[in-house]
Amino acid sequence: MIQQLKLKSNSRMKKLPQLNLVYFVLAALIVAIILNNPNFAEPTGYMNFLKRAAPLAILAAGQLYVIVSGGFDLSVGSTITLVVVGSSMLSNNDPSTTWWVIPVMFGIGALIGLINGLVVCFLRVPSLIATLGMMITVNGFASMWSGGAPRGYLPDTFRFFGRTSFRDIPIIQMLPMALIILVVFGSILYWIMHKTNLGKMIHAIGDNPNAAKLAGVSINRVRISAFIISSISAVVTGILLGGFAGVSTDVGTGYELQAITAAVLGGAQLLGGRGSVTATIAGAITLMAIFTLLNFLGMPQPVRQVVQGLILIAAVALTMSRRGNTGH
Amino acid sequence: MINRIFEKIFEENAGFKFEKWAPALLLSTAILIYIIVCIVTGQTQYLTLDNLLAVIGRSIALGITSIGQTFAILVASIDLSVASLISAVAVLASVVMNGNPTMIIPSIIAAIMLGALVGFVNGLTITKLKVNPLIATLSMSLIIQGVLSAFVSNFAGSVPNEFLFFAYGSILGLPLSSMFFFLLAIVAFLILRFTKFGSHIYAVGGNPDAARFAGIPTERVIIYSHIICSICATFAGLYLASRLRSGAPWIGADGVYDLESIAVVVIGGTILAGGRGGIWGTVTGMMIFSLVDSIFNVVGIDAFAKQVLRGVIIIAAVAFYAARSKRLAS
Repeated sequence: MIQQLKLKSNSRMKKLPQLNLVYFVLAALIVAIILNNPNFAEPTGYMNFLKRAAPLAILAAGQLYVIVSGGFDLSVGSTITLVVVGSSMLSNNDPSTTWWVIPVMFGIGALIGLINGLVVCFLRVPSLIATLGMMITVNGFASMWSGGAPRGYLPDTFRFFGRTSFRDIPIIQMLPMALIILVVFGSILYWIMHKTNLGKMIHAIGDNPNAAKLAGVSINRVRISAFIISSISAVVTGILLGGFAGVSTDVGTGYELQAITAAVLGGAQLLGGRGSVTATIAGAITLMAIFTLLNFLGMPQPVRQVVQGLILIAAVALTMSRRGNTGH
Repeated sequence: MINRIFEKIFEENAGFKFEKWAPALLLSTAILIYIIVCIVTGQTQYLTLDNLLAVIGRSIALGITSIGQTFAILVASIDLSVASLISAVAVLASVVMNGNPTMIIPSIIAAIMLGALVGFVNGLTITKLKVNPLIATLSMSLIIQGVLSAFVSNFAGSVPNEFLFFAYGSILGLPLSSMFFFLLAIVAFLILRFTKFGSHIYAVGGNPDAARFAGIPTERVIIYSHIICSICATFAGLYLASRLRSGAPWIGADGVYDLESIAVVVIGGTILAGGRGGIWGTVTGMMIFSLVDSIFNVVGIDAFAKQVLRGVIIIAAVAFYAARSKRLAS
């Protein structure tokens, strides 16, 4: 009886905070940043911030597809590295090559995703191991291709996507290309995940693969699609990052874990079944906001790591305790 | 009823159990390739028993870590914090010793206490806060690495010559470190095979709900498994400190002990979903790993191609019997 009452009150309580917690956290962080550095409230401040957050946000939104389908994709960081290194090798400092280098990169990305998916589906290798193996392999390829120590910058036509900002725009003054790409690509990912059958099927196979199979979902095809989407997002991220920074073999290092962290901050459920693209993008921006805040506070790099760790545990523990009440 | 139980037992014992033999099969293949490669390239000097011991000796740290990782994976958990813990332990031990032989015992005790604490916190976060083990231990890894690099940025402290015995010494012609590794494997095997705790581990990993209903203190089993895992990583850290004569904050991450130990355990036939597998598989997995490395060295493949092949081999080895398992991959 008491339990029933408790359940009832819980279900009523649940209705109220429908909005994902991550948005409140993000808002609080932004206020904290502005208090520390009023310049952040200026368009150049927040636009540059969003520009820096865009690659991670795109990567995390792609990673979300694999997470919701019940897996992990650890190969995205190495894919970023391969895109940056490979583009620099192919373009060879010739600005006129960009128009064909980028499609080639998307092809390579799709291939990586396809192989990930095939290995997971048909060789039945757990995704953690399959994509870990892929990560080692792709990193090896990137080093092999460049001979180990690539240097320099990509041609300006390639860097356009990550680096350029349109200036002299009313009200917001500047609009980074990276932000436009985030909005466009994010909307596409949002639409696929939340408005199409593919999105519903991804949720279904992550929640209960057996039930999904009985309901007639072609599990393998859906799972492979999720991996391809994740890898393609990694290519977009790589193209943006290629515009920010120089060419090296560790551009993408650590991004796979940051992407998973962002998705978790956005309330995605590891091992599948739950997740929202918008909340994940907010999660990525939150993570960047945390880093920015720590930077403003003059915290050294190691502290950043510790804080990332603590936040990760707190985020998951909090979602678990909230979810614990619903019995999921 | 009894008939059916007998039938079941008979069924399980009868016939060729692929999963049980897969690691041994993989190992024999690796050994065969190694021998063929040595003969074909005319480098028969690599085919001695001494060299075989040297091959194993190169992966002792990975092997010790993997034994611990087996415990974590058997309870359907995972530990990504081992690499950072190895660095932390190596630095802690070498700083506490600081070249002073009388400090060897205290520093070992301090290191083990640190390991036990990390494992305990990992276990608590996973069981009490219900945080996904991957995230819990990844965060722990970030925290350890962060704290560590806040204090040291280079080789710190030094190890007295007496402590070098752990990595370089030998008793009766056998390297001490290899003996330690096999001793640890035997102890782990005995725990898993013959103690109540061991069967609890398999029960919790196989089906936590059923285990809980059967009255097994599942949370305690998970916490203990994590403590064992971290203490094994501590031994690996002490071994590396002895081998490198000093501790540095990057030795764990450099060896990729977190991901590689998981790969070793999985190649050894322990299932990531928990509840199935064992120590001998892990020992086999570690030997496969070091044999593959030796094959590359004998053939003389360049470092990057080696990396590519390594990734492919991890996938292929896991696929080798994962394809036969009826479980859905996740």
